[in-house]
Amino acid sequence: MGLEEKLPSGIVLTSVEKLAGYMRKNSLWPATFGLACCAIEMMAAGAGRYDLARFGMEVFRASPRQADLMIVAGRVSNKMAPVLRQIYDQMAAPKWVIAMGACASSGGMFNNYAIVQGVDHVVPVDIYLPGCPPRPEMLMDAILKLHDQIYDEKLGPNREKVIKEVELAAMNATPTHQLKGLLA
Amino acid sequence: MTQDQQGMFGAAGTGDTSGYGGLVRSAASAGSAQRPFGGYFDQVADDLERAYPDFADAIERVVVDRGELTLHIKRERLVEVALILRDKLKFEMSMGVSGVHYPEDKNRELHAVYHLLSVTNNQRIRLEVSVPDTDPHIPSLVEVWAGSNWNERETFDMFGIIFDGHPGLTRILMPDDWQGHPQRKDYALGGIAVEYKGAVVPPPSDRRSYK
Amino acid sequence: MSTYADPYASSRETTEGTVFSVTGGDWDSLVTEIGQAKEERVVVNMGPQHPSTHGVLRLVLELEGETVTEVRCGIGYLHTGIEKNIEFRNWTQATTFVTRMDYLAPLFNEAAYCLGVEKLLGITNDVPEKANVIRVMMMEFNRISSHMVALGTGALELGALSPMIFCFREREKVLDIFEFISGLRMNMAYIRPGGVAQDLPAGAVDKILATVKDLRHSFKDNEKLLVGNSIWMKRTEGIGYLDLAGATTLGVTGPVIRATGLPLDLRKIQPYSGYENYKFDVVTADTCDVYGRFLIRINELEQSLRIIEQCAEKLKSLEGAPVMVADKKIAWPAQLAIGADGMGNSLNHIREIMGTSMESLIHHFKLVTEGFRVPAGQVYSAVESPRGELGAHVVSDGGTRPYRVHFREPSFNNLQSTSAMCEGSMVADIIGAVASIDPVMGGVDR
Repeated sequence: MGLEEKLPSGIVLTSVEKLAGYMRKNSLWPATFGLACCAIEMMAAGAGRYDLARFGMEVFRASPRQADLMIVAGRVSNKMAPVLRQIYDQMAAPKWVIAMGACASSGGMFNNYAIVQGVDHVVPVDIYLPGCPPRPEMLMDAILKLHDQIYDEKLGPNREKVIKEVELAAMNATPTHQLKGLLA
Repeated sequence: MTQDQQGMFGAAGTGDTSGYGGLVRSAASAGSAQRPFGGYFDQVADDLERAYPDFADAIERVVVDRGELTLHIKRERLVEVALILRDKLKFEMSMGVSGVHYPEDKNRELHAVYHLLSVTNNQRIRLEVSVPDTDPHIPSLVEVWAGSNWNERETFDMFGIIFDGHPGLTRILMPDDWQGHPQRKDYALGGIAVEYKGAVVPPPSDRRSYK
Repeated sequence: MSTYADPYASSRETTEGTVFSVTGGDWDSLVTEIGQAKEERVVVNMGPQHPSTHGVLRLVLELEGETVTEVRCGIGYLHTGIEKNIEFRNWTQATTFVTRMDYLAPLFNEAAYCLGVEKLLGITNDVPEKANVIRVMMMEFNRISSHMVALGTGALELGALSPMIFCFREREKVLDIFEFISGLRMNMAYIRPGGVAQDLPAGAVDKILATVKDLRHSFKDNEKLLVGNSIWMKRTEGIGYLDLAGATTLGVTGPVIRATGLPLDLRKIQPYSGYENYKFDVVTADTCDVYGRFLIRINELEQSLRIIEQCAEKLKSLEGAPVMVADKKIAWPAQLAIGADGMGNSLNHIREIMGTSMESLIHHFKLVTEGFRVPAGQVYSAVESPRGELGAHVVSDGGTRPYRVHFREPSFNNLQSTSAMCEGSMVADIIGAVASIDPVMGGVDR
């Protein structure tokens, strides 16, 4: 069916990973999920001056079924959260999410009853992009970092190994509430 | 109409040893204005009295403050006054309803404020209706200005003021099954404390404040 | 072939042989019911995530074939509770919140709010002339950038892809000016109660005049492409019809009501910030349709450029004038400058407040921690934003925080007219009508 079922092993797997990573990152198609001010900067990033077309990303797919990247651009209200999740669920794997802007990453300046404090409460996020709104160049930087992440993604048994390692590291790391900075 | 302010700087729990902490400032609301009002307000008031004989009965107070005319109206007469303002005094456009919640103003907690614009005469006027929390009903002005439809829904959604006669009074900004009316003063802001590496930033409603 | 007549498996003979129709139990009754209904109604949800609904707007359509019989708007998907948030911040901090409501016209939100606060403070006449000129100029630039997005996205939704690129190209030039003057491209919080946040940097006037010249030249691209274009006119003429009576009772303002022929423009009839000193025309059309609104927006760009040129002329003679109100108990004390770590208070200012002037230190401290107090009362101040009348109903209880600020957003009231404009037309025309209203959902939901 997909690539995952027919993986070889060993050196050939590494080459396949690199090839798959290269192809996936070079034609990420974003889904239109512009909500508020960040959406305008996203549109500006897709327009003439800061051109997303050079990454193959100028086609913002209206249908989530055809998209692989969801750039959540703007504040997500409580009314919009189920819609966000539904759109995310409709996207086919492999899919990535960039939380663009302070409001998508953490609720931003709106710490109140109406806004979800970070879309990672609703969907798993790959890249958090701060800014209010982030400049188009910052968005492109985030996309390029995501490209690197995608290129390095492992497949098959290598992927399971990486997942185990990351889990182990997370289990052994100091919990956030016990991390003390300069203020404590 | 609003809370009395205590203390010189309004900050509670300070190390203020000046003795000014005993200062109490009461917020006085603007009293009823006396004729002549100034500007075009007199002409508007005269026209309204001429067109609406029950003027003195319906209008509780006239306030002229900072260059603006406010008529406080009894809720039962709201539709009549609105019709006269629209037809006889040519206030063709309504800018919508704005709700305000004054919890200190006992028995008149919820105010609905209507701003009207007359394009022919280039005049603005404000109507204010006060209703108690226990009986928050105001007649709807959708029949007078159709644009009040969504504005009244929003005021209902945010304050709980029920507009009688509205064709479909439902929530418009909050999800349909939301409980509570968010912009009332007794509804919490709902923020959460943010913690990072041991330091906690309280939500905006709990931070040190100067009233 | 059984001779038993199965009610749920009827058959009939055709040229191809026997055709069986197998039906379930209640499908029968459903089919008879639909058969009795004279029309076929379909309910379609153009959900909050849609490429053509101009933001998170949900349109629930009842269709009869391709004709729309009912349109209902679902809004609230971007409700941020800004009005309630402001009640927990002081009067100056509220500017940063207010600016994010109608995010395509941030300076207008700030202007409406700050004019309201200034009215309550009673300092409307004390705002320095340079501050007023800068406000007018920035607002007109913002009108241009907002119309660019409106035209670009409107054209994109109707299928024209090039205007989107042209419009965003022009918009970038305007955003360059914003960045040069205020530091940010969008949501700048530049207009503050009492004036503007900081003075113009050196070389601003020349850059402004050069940009105006450039824009005047490049606006022709859009005009040549769309004005008089028969495809565009077929898509927009006669669509989204809303006449004067409808617009008045629905409380619709801005290009939509100016398209009915009424020259309702607050800059002319109730001028603020010195608009009475500028020469410009109010653009109207009398076709009441999408094409008329489109023409109005295109022509308003030229009028805005005229105003900006007049502002730039005035600014040439206002070098060194203050941009904040003189009363130190209200004026935001920041003297901003670019330092090694970004923009912040200039070292000169810090030297002054720490070394020389005790009053400056006190003012700085009190204004930044507590904020100024605004006498009790309520006002309504309105500006003419690109979408219509943007009004701020500001209520103060005498304290350092707004007691209640309600914004009368033009997009909120204008969007109500969608049903009046679209019912009876085709599905594709709804897109054009909504694009011509130009709603910004941040303003609609606040």
